[in-house]
Amino acid sequence: MAVANSSDPTVVVDDLHVVYRVYGAGGDKGTAATALMRVMKRQRRPSVREVHAIRGVSFVVNHGDAIGIIGRNGSGKSTLLQAVAGLLPPEQGCVYTSGQAALLGVNAALLDDLTGERNVVLGCLAMGMSPQEVKDRFQSIVDFSGVGNFIDYPMRTYSTGMAQRLRFSIASAKSHEILMIDEALATGDANFRAKSHEKIMELRGEAGTVFLVAHNLAEIEASCNRVIWLEKGKIMMQGYDVPAVVDAYLEATGGEPRKRDKVQDGDHSA
Amino acid sequence: MRERARDQGGPGTLTDDLTPPEISRDDLPDEPLAELAARYRLRPSAARPGVFAYAGQLWARRYFIVGFATARNVAMYTEARLGQLWQVLTPLLNAAVYYLIFGIILDTSRGVPKFLDFLITGIFVFNFTQRAFITTSRVIPDSLPLIRALPFPRGCLPIGYVLIELEQLAMSMVVLTVIVLSTGEPLTWYWLLALPALLLQAMFNIGMGLFLARLGAGADDFSQLMPFLVRTWMYCSGVMYSIATVSFDRKHPSVGYLLQVNPAAVFIDLVRNAILATQRDGWPGSKPYNAALCKLYDVKGAHLENSAYCHGTVTINDLWLLGAGWAIVAIVVGYVFFWQAETKYGRG
Repeated sequence: MAVANSSDPTVVVDDLHVVYRVYGAGGDKGTAATALMRVMKRQRRPSVREVHAIRGVSFVVNHGDAIGIIGRNGSGKSTLLQAVAGLLPPEQGCVYTSGQAALLGVNAALLDDLTGERNVVLGCLAMGMSPQEVKDRFQSIVDFSGVGNFIDYPMRTYSTGMAQRLRFSIASAKSHEILMIDEALATGDANFRAKSHEKIMELRGEAGTVFLVAHNLAEIEASCNRVIWLEKGKIMMQGYDVPAVVDAYLEATGGEPRKRDKVQDGDHSA
Repeated sequence: MRERARDQGGPGTLTDDLTPPEISRDDLPDEPLAELAARYRLRPSAARPGVFAYAGQLWARRYFIVGFATARNVAMYTEARLGQLWQVLTPLLNAAVYYLIFGIILDTSRGVPKFLDFLITGIFVFNFTQRAFITTSRVIPDSLPLIRALPFPRGCLPIGYVLIELEQLAMSMVVLTVIVLSTGEPLTWYWLLALPALLLQAMFNIGMGLFLARLGAGADDFSQLMPFLVRTWMYCSGVMYSIATVSFDRKHPSVGYLLQVNPAAVFIDLVRNAILATQRDGWPGSKPYNAALCKLYDVKGAHLENSAYCHGTVTINDLWLLGAGWAIVAIVVGYVFFWQAETKYGRG
């Protein structure tokens, strides 16, 4: 626990449970007749399923922490971040934060039919900036994203990587106390990953808190001082000894142990 | 080889036996977490602001609301070859279709003077409420990605959708002005009264939009039903006939009264009375009661202007009071109703 330089917590997650409902998940034959029978028999819709995604998670995060969250697909990593950001309401328990957390995710869909330029403006306005602030920062956001001339094109014409870069630039335009990144850097090229790694470090330097969800374990080890391993919506293991947790995770899921002397620089293509 | 490690995360591996330990409290402080959070002044992330603070938050995002509405309006026609021209063509075609059916084929005018102007004003004004109701009842499901990506007061979305329709209405009003002037209607100061009338209607639509957005957030059945409800409402609101004339038949005076005080009819009549001189001058009760002159008035077409000398069920003053009343009730009820579920909209 030596790494945390300040003991003031910024995020407290207290016995959190998140349940969300999924519509249209299989079920009956989907004809009008079967639907009528169901209504007559007063049955619940079989096509509505409840997914208990987070099942009792508790932890405390302090100033200046960068927390990596690892776990297999479907273990609840993204759901946990959405709950911390206040975007998914908890079924039970509570998340306390020192300020509004900004979540940057793969699904952070902005408005696809609109140009990149309009997305930058609307995204900044939605985060609560004034039109003047947006005007002042517009150029630096576009420069940081590196999408160049594509800024005048509708976002649906962007490649996955370009859209990610623009979203990351928009979200990091405002300095947030708590920044959460959900696999958002996975599709960027080497240059952009380096830039965003710098940005994360800068945020940690300002005593901000960073959450990072990634399947790229090298990136977690390079950027984070603490790691939480989620499994089936619960914490399997967590701690400040990042390599130890990562090794345990790899062993349990059948991955090769990491060779650390070779890949300390955050490059995962080894 | 590490590629393999990442592949282990595939959905097919979920059934592997990895049982997380029961919650260990070793890593947690001894005191209850809620107290710890309170000690450091941390706030619940999914907390609902107070009812007045929420209004402040919405006001702080006013530029976002306007920007959102404008951007959606621009994007609406980008795929069409005629582009923004559709903003004008849509109301024109609407007017043409209704005039063909109700003005020429069915002839529901029943002696209403200048039926074309009467009908088009009614269609454009009702269309504002109709579109606002249908779109806001779908706003939460439609905006789920945006809601799950960015934190902002969700009330921005239904308000933004009503603003989109308000911008469309502004275009319709330009078309209306051209049509009405070309049929020989005089341009008078009374026209300015259309602005407060439409403002009250916009307030009413925002209030109802907030209300319907919450209803539509739960089950999709509601937004499927909405177009039918709104269409029924249109036929009840004197868009293509005059309620005042119909209620003169005096078979069902109470029904006529109810139709006249319904919000859609109120806003339509306010705008018609502002723009159309024949409506204003012929409005029952707009001149002192005169039994002899009133008797000459015949619904079927004789001495139409004499209807002004008859007793009106709803006077022009009543219309303004009703319009303001509906707007205030809708905005208060809709706002509180929407605000109550503020933290639940992301759930899907």
